[in-house]
Amino acid sequence: MVMSHDDVFETVGRPLLSDGRIKISCRNVNVYYGNKHAIKDVSVDIAEKEVTAFIGPSGCGKSTFLRCINRMNDTIKDCRFEGNITIDGENIYDKNMDPVLLRARIGMVFQKPNPFPKSIYKNVAYGPSIHGLARNKSELDEIVITSLERAGLFNEVKDQLDHPGTSLSGGQQQRLCIARAISVHPEIILMDEPCSALDPIATAKIEELIDELRQNYTIIIVTHSMQQAARVSQRTAFFHLGSLVEVDDTNTIFVNPEHKLTQDYITGRYG
Amino acid sequence: MNNLSLLLVVIVLSVAGYYLGRKRSVDVVRGEIRHLHSLPGYYGLFVALWCGLPALVVLAVWIASQTSVITSLVVSGLPPDFRSLPGEQLSLVINDIRNIADGTIVSGTRDQALYAAAKHYNRLKVTGFLAILAVILSICIAGLGLSKRHIAPSMRARVKVERTITVLMVLCSTVAIFTTVGIVLSVLFESIRFFNQIPITDFLFGLEWSPQMAIRADQVGAAGSFGIAPLLTGTLMISGIAMLVAVPIGLMSAIYMSEYATDRVRTVAKPVLEILAGIPTVVYGFFAALTVAPFLRDIGAGMGLDVSSESALAAGLVMGIMIIPFISSLSDDVINAVPQSLRDGSMGIGATKSETVVKVVLPAALPGIVGSILLGVSRAIGETMIVVMAAGLTANLTANPLNAVTTFTVQIVTLLIGDQEFDSPKTLAAFALGLVLFIMTLCLNIIALYVVRRYREQYE
Repeated sequence: MVMSHDDVFETVGRPLLSDGRIKISCRNVNVYYGNKHAIKDVSVDIAEKEVTAFIGPSGCGKSTFLRCINRMNDTIKDCRFEGNITIDGENIYDKNMDPVLLRARIGMVFQKPNPFPKSIYKNVAYGPSIHGLARNKSELDEIVITSLERAGLFNEVKDQLDHPGTSLSGGQQQRLCIARAISVHPEIILMDEPCSALDPIATAKIEELIDELRQNYTIIIVTHSMQQAARVSQRTAFFHLGSLVEVDDTNTIFVNPEHKLTQDYITGRYG
Repeated sequence: MNNLSLLLVVIVLSVAGYYLGRKRSVDVVRGEIRHLHSLPGYYGLFVALWCGLPALVVLAVWIASQTSVITSLVVSGLPPDFRSLPGEQLSLVINDIRNIADGTIVSGTRDQALYAAAKHYNRLKVTGFLAILAVILSICIAGLGLSKRHIAPSMRARVKVERTITVLMVLCSTVAIFTTVGIVLSVLFESIRFFNQIPITDFLFGLEWSPQMAIRADQVGAAGSFGIAPLLTGTLMISGIAMLVAVPIGLMSAIYMSEYATDRVRTVAKPVLEILAGIPTVVYGFFAALTVAPFLRDIGAGMGLDVSSESALAAGLVMGIMIIPFISSLSDDVINAVPQSLRDGSMGIGATKSETVVKVVLPAALPGIVGSILLGVSRAIGETMIVVMAAGLTANLTANPLNAVTTFTVQIVTLLIGDQEFDSPKTLAAFALGLVLFIMTLCLNIIALYVVRRYREQYE
């Protein structure tokens, strides 16, 4: 299948939601890196308190799109954004919106675990202390402990909170990063291939954790693994060459995809 | 007709050997290079090495020994009354003979026997040259012929050439190591001679530095004359002032360059900053002595302070400016080495850029920054030219940066300038000072390297 980069696909499935569950709403989003058109006219709604998975082959723009939602692309030179993203009806690209405050509302977990070279305690306490969420040491202790508990890490590290975060195993490091992300009480958690550097057992733990977290948070996860998308997500969006090809309930996408490309991708015919 | 022409002969023959060997290897397989074990060039190099290396070794041995061989032959040809002279006078005679042989003007009249000896000397030199030329030529040609005959398709020329080159590289690195060891040992032995005359406790703990007093025989080793305390405080004070200037400015500019500057600013400003590192220290020196020191003195006069015209402050300020590029470019490197993922992690949780820099990037880069500062300090302690020109010679034991102070390096320079006896404590003191300086910078460098090495393991 040969296709030029200028092909723009009409999104099929159910990209837009009509009920009151909308948390994030993206309309006509275009992103350019210099001359490269990385995201092409994407419109999609993300539902509240459920897991949305972004799947697609490498370089299809799913990570770029994810980074638009907390404006992390602002830190990249030559990156230009067009379109409209609102969270709870509030335009996050409004010129009065402070990206720093925005990012405090949106946690992010990265592909490679990136704990700071500080102690486990300080890794989690970092966010609350820069945002002044704790008035004293005991409040901070409590935030750290709750966050670690929610990330399913507390029992493993409770005796070594002063050890460096980098001394943990890869899976533990990633759960530490999740604890760090939820320590500032975000509404949304963005996960950029959070399990791609982990072994199957650590992956299973993170997936379990994601399933628990969705009761309190809106989660978007970018993943290369279709099984993972099928296991953890309620809705799935399939990206291809910067276009959003198809969005629907995860069940529908994996059992009865509408678009030929989606079908080819999930059956492993390409990608 | 000198050793350089011999070297040229060896090189020409080796180059010829390369082409002959290369051609021979191609001929052996009748142009079918794929039948050879190695590429033809390796066979050429193999022949060239066999042709050149043994001859070079012989040549080196000859250059090292020719003077003593010829001299001992000349001495054995001298009349017995010269030969029986004591060693030092004999070497004077030999000097005369060499001067006559070179045609240099000799003062006074000389014995006829010396003129004969000079002729003998010249004859021996010519004979020696011709002999070594013959030896080298035959070694080259023998090596060339023998190794060329060895060339066969199955010969593993590449392996042999690479092994030889490895040995050569090992030899080169040994030269550097042995030079260091040699310098350290010579400084050490001269220092021991010094400590035989002056007790080491007086040297280390004495509060007065006045080496000139020791010239008078009855005062050699007089307690207090060789105390390094004033030099130590002077050195530390000037280095301290230098670091007070260099660390904040260097660090701030490194942070700006690596975190905030746009690409365009960076490409212009970084090379400009590094030009500072290229300014010769002597230029900094007269800048300190002629511009900064009088300026400080005038300001001091305006404020009613008594600033010496050669003050620690002036030397330290200028030295600090000299050290800025070391600290800024090393720190810039370590700050850039902090993974982007840590910055993303911090930004992703809603930290501002400055919070990210202060709370994540700098702590992560801290060991490297400390390493760069320590390297800067050891540079400040060893710096000579600026302090010679701007810090003064008076060994004041003072904590006032407006006074003139002196440093280890300045005292070493002044001790060794001019005609000196090489066994007086005054001269030997220079070696002892050098030893102290060496130990100080060595310790700082070891600490710096240790810190920097630990830093490398940080993100594993």
